[in-house]
Amino acid sequence: MAQYKPVVVQACPKLGERITQDTLYWRGYKTPVQIKEFGAVTKIDFSPVPPYNYAVTASSRIHIYGRYSQEPIKTFSRFRDAAYCATYRDDGRLLAAGSEDGSIRLFDVSGRAPLRQFDGHTKPVHLVGFLSDKYRIFSGGDDYSSNLWDIPSATEIISYSEHSDYVRCGCASKVNADVFITGSYDHTVKLFDARTKSSVMTIEHGHPVESVLLFPSGGLLVSAGGRYVKVWDVLKGGQLLVSLKNHHKTVTCLCLNSSGQRLLSGSLDRHVKIYSTTSYKVVHSFNYATSILSLALSPEDETIVVGMTNGVLNVKHRKPEERNETSQKKRQPAYRTYVKGRTYMPKQEDFCVSKPVKRVLRKYDKLLRSFQSSKALDAVLEPPIMLHTPEVTVAVMQELHRRGTLRSALAGRDEKQVNLLLTFVARRVIEPRFTPVLVTVADMITDIYQPVVGQSAIVDKQFLKLQEAIGKEIDYQEELLEVLGMMDTLFATFTKKTEMCLEENESNGLTETVQTDRNY
Amino acid sequence: MVSPGALRVVRCGGSALCGARAVFSADSYLLCASGDFVKVYSVSTEETLRLMGGHADLVTGIQLNPHNHMQLYSSSLDGTIKLWDFMDGIPIKTFMVGSKLLALYTPASAEDSVFVVIPKKGERDTFQLVSVKLTKGAGQDLEAKELSVVLDGVGSSMKHIAFGREGEYVVSVKEVNLQVYFFKRKLLNRFSLSTMKTKGGDNHFSCVMCHPTEDCIATGHADGKIRLWRNFHHRKEYTYSTLHWHHDIVMDLAFSMEGTRLLSGGVESVLVQWHNESSCQKDFLPRLGSPIESIAMSSDGTLCCTLHTDNRITIINSNLRFSRSIQGLIKSRDVKTGLVVDPRTKALVLNGEPGHLQFYCLQSDQQLFSLDIVQRQYIHQAGLKQSDLVKVAFSAQGTWLATVEESEEVTDPELQLKLWFYNEETQSFKLNTRINTPHDNHITDMCFRDMDELEDDSLILVTTGRDCVFKVWVMVEDTDPEAQQSVSWSCDFVGSYHNYQATNCCFSEDGSLLAVSFEETVTVWDSVTWDLKCTFCHPPGNIRNICFGRLTCSKYLIGATDYGFLCCWNLLTCALEWSAHLNVVVLQPDPLSEHIAAVSWLSKESSLFVFKPNEPRPIYIQRNLCKEKILLAAFVPRDEPEIIRSEKYLWLRRSQLFFLTDTQELMTLSTKSLEERLTPSSKQLAVEESLPVTPFSLLLGKHRRQKAQEDIDLGKLVVHNKHEQASPAVKELLHTPAHVLPSASFLCTIFINSLLISKENKSAEEVADEVEMESEKTEDNSDEDDITEMEQEDTSHMELLGEMTCKLSKSQEKELRKIRKTDYSWISAF
Repeated sequence: MAQYKPVVVQACPKLGERITQDTLYWRGYKTPVQIKEFGAVTKIDFSPVPPYNYAVTASSRIHIYGRYSQEPIKTFSRFRDAAYCATYRDDGRLLAAGSEDGSIRLFDVSGRAPLRQFDGHTKPVHLVGFLSDKYRIFSGGDDYSSNLWDIPSATEIISYSEHSDYVRCGCASKVNADVFITGSYDHTVKLFDARTKSSVMTIEHGHPVESVLLFPSGGLLVSAGGRYVKVWDVLKGGQLLVSLKNHHKTVTCLCLNSSGQRLLSGSLDRHVKIYSTTSYKVVHSFNYATSILSLALSPEDETIVVGMTNGVLNVKHRKPEERNETSQKKRQPAYRTYVKGRTYMPKQEDFCVSKPVKRVLRKYDKLLRSFQSSKALDAVLEPPIMLHTPEVTVAVMQELHRRGTLRSALAGRDEKQVNLLLTFVARRVIEPRFTPVLVTVADMITDIYQPVVGQSAIVDKQFLKLQEAIGKEIDYQEELLEVLGMMDTLFATFTKKTEMCLEENESNGLTETVQTDRNY
Repeated sequence: MVSPGALRVVRCGGSALCGARAVFSADSYLLCASGDFVKVYSVSTEETLRLMGGHADLVTGIQLNPHNHMQLYSSSLDGTIKLWDFMDGIPIKTFMVGSKLLALYTPASAEDSVFVVIPKKGERDTFQLVSVKLTKGAGQDLEAKELSVVLDGVGSSMKHIAFGREGEYVVSVKEVNLQVYFFKRKLLNRFSLSTMKTKGGDNHFSCVMCHPTEDCIATGHADGKIRLWRNFHHRKEYTYSTLHWHHDIVMDLAFSMEGTRLLSGGVESVLVQWHNESSCQKDFLPRLGSPIESIAMSSDGTLCCTLHTDNRITIINSNLRFSRSIQGLIKSRDVKTGLVVDPRTKALVLNGEPGHLQFYCLQSDQQLFSLDIVQRQYIHQAGLKQSDLVKVAFSAQGTWLATVEESEEVTDPELQLKLWFYNEETQSFKLNTRINTPHDNHITDMCFRDMDELEDDSLILVTTGRDCVFKVWVMVEDTDPEAQQSVSWSCDFVGSYHNYQATNCCFSEDGSLLAVSFEETVTVWDSVTWDLKCTFCHPPGNIRNICFGRLTCSKYLIGATDYGFLCCWNLLTCALEWSAHLNVVVLQPDPLSEHIAAVSWLSKESSLFVFKPNEPRPIYIQRNLCKEKILLAAFVPRDEPEIIRSEKYLWLRRSQLFFLTDTQELMTLSTKSLEERLTPSSKQLAVEESLPVTPFSLLLGKHRRQKAQEDIDLGKLVVHNKHEQASPAVKELLHTPAHVLPSASFLCTIFINSLLISKENKSAEEVADEVEMESEKTEDNSDEDDITEMEQEDTSHMELLGEMTCKLSKSQEKELRKIRKTDYSWISAF
C-alpha cells in the first residue's frame, strides 16, 4: 500500500561560488585590524616561538607586534635610511635586518642596540636570512652579490657575485645548513652551497624574481616573479613542475601555511590567492584594498598579516572555534539512552518484533495529507519558511495548483495575510525558478481580490509594488533579447565561415543528397 | 506436432480480474474470475496455483457450492454453468442453460438450484433473475433447461442483486428502484427513490448487499451515499438511514460475517469500514492505489479482499491492515511509454499505476516491481491535470534509465526529464539527475546510444521535441571530490532543421550515426562531430517511424510515413532502395536479428509484415492479426533460442514479438498449439503437489538420472564417475532406516565429502575398480557373507570406509573391527 508522499521541494543548485571546505576554513577570520605604518610594509616575519610576535619592516623602522596588540611592543629604529627584511632566527631570539646603506644589523630581540653589524655590501641590502645552523647569515644586495657572514666574528665568509642584477629575495634550506637560495632581478634563482665557491644550480624563472620559497622538505622550490608563480623540483635538477598564472599584476610575496598543504601568494593586484599544493588550483582568494607587498601567516594559521604599499598593515585573526562543551555534556547520557539496545544482536532463538518506523512529516505535509489546503498555505507563509526557504512555499503552492485547490486556498484572506502573500509574490516572481508558479498565483490573487482594490492602502501599495517588479523584469528581458539578437548576428557570421569550409570538404556527399531528393 | 502455418495469436498477461467478485475458499485459497478462466491463488504466498479454463466466453460469476465447500460454480457468457473441483482444477459437471449468464448466486437455502441473471427473451437491455434447477444426471455435460423466473427487470451487474438472511428474500436494485421478493410469502415489495437530483445528488443505486443476520439492506448510490433499509416487510412503513462519506459513486459494499461491520469502497481508492450503523464511527484504509471495483469477505471473517480496476487484488486483514497484494499486468488507460524491454531482467516495462513504471515479468505473469517516477501524491479526482510518464528509455546494459514525465496540460506542459542509475546494492533504480523543462514543448521521442562494448562515458541520450530541436545529453563527471555523486547529465548539443518539429530519433547499431526525423524529412547526423551528413525524404507525408537496419543490414535506414509508405534508404549510396505502399503503424526492429516487424492498420484489421531491409519481399505476412488496432509492439529476447521447425517462423527463433492493442490487451505470437502451451505448467503443478521440491529431492533425482545414464556409457567420463562414486553413499544414507544409522554428526562429513568433486585425477584402472566395487556393493546387500573381498576393497580405498559405515549391519560391524586391526602404515605414504 502506498504511503503518503511528501511534497517534493525542488532543490536548485546554488549559483556562483561553490562552498568547499577551504572556503569555510579561510572565511573563518574576524574582520581585519588595520595598523598604519610609516611607509610601505616590505617584510613581515613571525617569530617561530610562542607567543608568535611578528616583526614588521616599514620605512626605517622595525616594529615588533604582539599577537593581539595593535601598538608595537618594541621598535628598532636605529637605521639612518630604510630598513629591509627583518628576519627572526629559528629560536626567535635574534633578529637580522638589512638597510639602505648596505649594512646588516643583528639585534637581540630583548635588547635595543644592535649586537653586530656586518658591512660589506656596497649597495642596499634587501635580503637577509639565517642559515639553519643558526650561526651564519646570508644576504643579498643591490650590488648583485650574495654574501655569507659568520655571526660570532661578524666577518664575511664568502661572497658570491653570480647574479647580474639586484638580489631581492632568498631563503635558506631547513634541511641542510649549508644551502640557501637567492632570487634576483636577472630572472634567475640560484642555489648556493656554502661549502662550494660557486652556485650549485640556476633556475631560469623568466621574470624578475620577487620572492622564493622552499618547501619544508627542501625538495620543491617556489618562485614568484612577474605574474607567474612557478614550482620547481629541486631534486630533479630544477625541473619546472607547474606554472601558475592567477594574478594579473606582479606577484610580490609567497607564503606557506602551517600544514604545508596550501600556498599563499600576494600580488600588486590586491589579491591573495590560496593554492592547494596537491592540485595547484586556487581554492580561495582574499581581496585587499591596495597592492600587497608582504604577507605572513602565523603558526596554526592563527593570524594572516598583510603589508601594503600605502603602509597599512592588515591583521586578520582567526575566529575562535565554536565549542559548546557544556551542551555536549548534557546530551551525552541522552544519546546513550537513545542507542541503548541498538547494538544488541538477536540470538538465534529470539523472536524479532520490528517497530514500525515513524515517519516525520512537515506541518504543511500533514495538512496536505488531510486536504486542508488553506491551512497548508498558511503553514508555508510563516516568516521563517517564507524568508529562508521560499522554494518550500512555492512547492506547496504548486502542489495546491496541481490539486486544483489553489484558488480556494488563496481566497478568503484578511488584509494582513494578503499583504504577506503579495509581498512574497512581488519579491520572488522575478526569480526564474519560481516564475511559472508565482505568475499563476499572482494572476489568481488579482482575480480574487480585484473587487476589494481601493479598500486598503496597504494592499494597494503591494499591488503597485508587484506591478513595478513585473514592469522592471519586462524591461530587463527586453534588454536581454536585444543583446541576444546582437550575439546571434555575431554567431551567424562565425558559423557561416565554418559551413563554407565544410561544404568544400564534403561537396561530394551533399550533391548526392540533392540528387537523391530529386529522384522521388 | 505443429502444422506449418499455424502461428497463433495468444493473449498474454491474463484478462481483467474484475469480472466477478472474488471468493475465498474455506482453506485459504482465493478464487477469481479472469477472462475466460478462473484463477486460484494461494492467500499466503500470493502465487497463482491453478488456472481453470473451459469456458468459451467471459466468466461472469463464481460462487462456492454451499453444500460442498470444495466445489465451485462458475457461470459464463457462453451460457454454461460449470461445477469445479478447484483443489484439483477438474471440471466436474457442465450445465447448459442456453442463454447468456450475467451473474450467478448460490444461496444455501436453495436445495438444488442456483440463481442466474439472463437477458429477457425478445427484449433488449432487460434482464431477469431466474432460478436454474441443476439436474443430477450421470454424465458430465447436462442440460439445465428448467428455468423459473423469480424477478423481472433486474440490473445486469452482479452487484445489483443480493440474497437476504438465509435466502429468505432477494433484493434487486435498478436505477432508482429497489425490489424485495420474499420467497416464502411470495410477496414483492417495491420502493423507489425520487429521480430528482436533490442537492446535486444522484440517487441511482450502484450496488446492494444484505445483512447476514438481520433484516437489513445496504445500498450504495451514485452520489456516494450508503442507505441502510429496515422494516421493508411493509410497503409503507419502511425506514432507511444514510451514511455518507464517499464523494463519488460507491462501487461495492460488503458486510462482515456477523454483520457488525460494513465495508464500502469506491473510486477514491479508500476502503471505509463503518462500525455501527447508527453512529458515524468509521475507519479508513486509504491510498489503496486504484479505484476499488469489488469487495469480498472470507467466510471466517479474518480476511477481506478488494479487486481494483488496475488488475490487482489487495488482501486486507480483519483489523483493516494491508496484508498483501496480487498484481497482474496493470492496464493503464493509455500506455504512452510504449513497450520497452528492460535489458537486465528482460521484463516488459510500461506505464503502470499513475506515475509509476511497471516491470512486468512475462514468464511468471507477475509484476516484478513498480518504480515510482513522478514521486507525487496521486489524487483521484475528475478534471485534475495529472502528470504522468510519457517516455522511457533504457541504456544497452540497463544501468541507466531515462524517463520523461509531463502534465496533461496542453499549453504549458510541466516537463521533467529524469535519469536513473541502477544501484547494484539496493537492486533498484536511483534518481541521478532531474532536468526541469528539457524542451519547451512536448518530447516526442528519446533514445540512448545503444552500444554494448563501449564504456559508460560514451553514453549519449537524445531527446526530440515539438519545439523543433533535438537535444543531446551527455554525462559529465563532477570534479569536486566532496560532491555526493560523481556523474550527472547535462545538455551537450542542440540541433534543429529548418524549424521543423522533431518527431523521431534513432541511433545506428554501431552508434556512429543518429537519424532524426523532422516532419517530412529524415536527417542523418554524425554522432561525434554533430554534423548533418545527409537528408532523406519521401513526400508527401510526415515520418511516423524510423529505424536502422541491424547486423548485415546496417547500411539501411527504414522509415514509415503517415501517408502510407514504407521506405528503405541505402546509407552508402544515399538513395532510396525500395519503397512499399503500406500504412505502417508500428515499426519494430528485432535487436538480435536483421528482421523488422511492421504492423499495418488497414480496413479495420491489423496485419503483420516481417521483412529484412535488404529485400523488399516480406519474409512473413499475417493478415488479420487481430480486430483491434495494434498500438505498440516489442521484441523480447528469449532466454534460449526456440527450436522452430518451419522455415517460415525462423524470425521468431531468438526473440518473441509482443503487441499491445488499443484495448490494452497484450498479445504474442506462438508457434505452439494450445495444449502444448498449457500442459507443461499443469504437469509441473502435479509434480509439485505430489512431492515438495527440496534440495534433497533434487539431489536424489539427479543421482537417479545419473545412474540411468551410467548404464548407457559406463565410466567413460571421469567426472561422471566421481559423481557416481558419491552416489552409493548418499543412496545408502537415504535408504537405511533412521534407527540404525550412526549419529548425524558422524555422517555429516561423509555426506559432505561425497558431494565434493575430488581434485586428483584417477587413473583409468582405479575408475574401473570403483565401478566394479560398486556393483559388488549392491550385491553386498543381498549376500552378506562376502566379507573378505570387502576388506580388500576397504584397504585400497580409504574414502569408502565412510560409505561402508553407512550401513552398519552386523556383518559390517565385524568387518569394521577387522579393519581396525589391519595395518594402516600405508597412510603414512601419503
